Amino acid sequence: MTAEPDYKDIPGTYVFDAEQSRKGYGLNQFCMSLRGAANRDAFRADEAGYLKRFGMTPEQEQSILTRDWNRMLELGGNIYFTAKLAATDGITFQDLAAKMTGVDRDTYRAMMLAGGRPIEGNRSKKEWEGR
Amino acid sequence: MAEIVAAAFTSHVPAIGVALDTGHDRDDYWRPVFAGYEKAKEWIGQVKPDVVICVYNDHATAFDLSLIPTFALGCAAEFQPADEGWGARPVPVVKGHPELAWHIAQSLVLDEFDITIVNDMEVDHGLTVPLSLMFGKTDAWPCPVIPLAVNVVQFPPPTGNRCFNLGKAIRRAVESFPADLKVVILGTGGMSHQLQAQRAGLINADFDNRFLDLLETDPVAATRITHTEFLRESGSEGIELVMWLVARGALDDTVETVHRFYHVPASNTAVGHLILENARATAAE
Repeated sequence: MTAEPDYKDIPGTYVFDAEQSRKGYGLNQFCMSLRGAANRDAFRADEAGYLKRFGMTPEQEQSILTRDWNRMLELGGNIYFTAKLAATDGITFQDLAAKMTGVDRDTYRAMMLAGGRPIEGNRSKKEWEGR
Repeated sequence: MAEIVAAAFTSHVPAIGVALDTGHDRDDYWRPVFAGYEKAKEWIGQVKPDVVICVYNDHATAFDLSLIPTFALGCAAEFQPADEGWGARPVPVVKGHPELAWHIAQSLVLDEFDITIVNDMEVDHGLTVPLSLMFGKTDAWPCPVIPLAVNVVQFPPPTGNRCFNLGKAIRRAVESFPADLKVVILGTGGMSHQLQAQRAGLINADFDNRFLDLLETDPVAATRITHTEFLRESGSEGIELVMWLVARGALDDTVETVHRFYHVPASNTAVGHLILENARATAAE
């Protein structure tokens, strides 16, 4: 066993490393398939059935069916791939970000206009303890 | 011989492309962003490059997880703007420069940079938004563009140092091309931003401005920024900034700053923009 990578200490972040990529291959390739209009239609017609094509775990399928965006990332999803599912649902990148941070669109937009989420207090998991 | 005379650096936020394409570039929200690029259009109109090399990253468009090249050079005659889920951007087809691109690819491999050669590739906002910012709305891009796609999606991306040295190798390649061509290289992506999970929306203006300072005066110091420092300080997607170091490596150590611009926010992202030229005095010696 090697030591835990130091980037695992960054709070609220899933670094898409080898471990995540291996875990999320099917999930991400499912998202990639949504680039095609015919596939988007097939997915919309039978979401659960369509997901069976990609060899995902039941947990991954469930995270997609319930649109649990952070859970998808935890289970190996990459944001540039899951954003294609969001686009299929008509959700913009900024609105997707709001959902993942647990605030509404206007609150998130106001935070960005005020300079974004500050780095102070957001560098280490230690700083998020007790939140 | 061909020569890289300057580099321009810019974020490539997709929402900037959407704002321009849908006529919202004069809205209160977007006007300050586009104002920061007026100089770029004027400058590149004067420089009139024969070829642009655009260092960018593909965002799960041309490359999915089945194939992940760390560095991939577009050698085709043209590259179609991709449909990224909301329709292809209404921008011109990107014409390549196969002769120079193949020359660079061969030179890089012999120079021990084992580049991936791409003959069929759609290009996404990572490439077309910088072109729009540099050239504005147009019916045809004014010069051929060679895409250089860098993997920054699958961790780890290449190190900043590797990117910087690739820039130097690209410069050697360009300078060994027999035709007289004026080349501008674009380094794109960044600046600080995080698109994913509970920390999304992170912006770090201090880090970004320090990075801009280093590009101007001490790029070697910028090459020492570690992956974890990028991820932690500039957000999980801020690590795209390693691509700026490819373009910076293609310039002289000492450069003149033509333009510098920084603005927060564009959607989820801090917008940074820098134009650097090789110092004329040095070039004349």
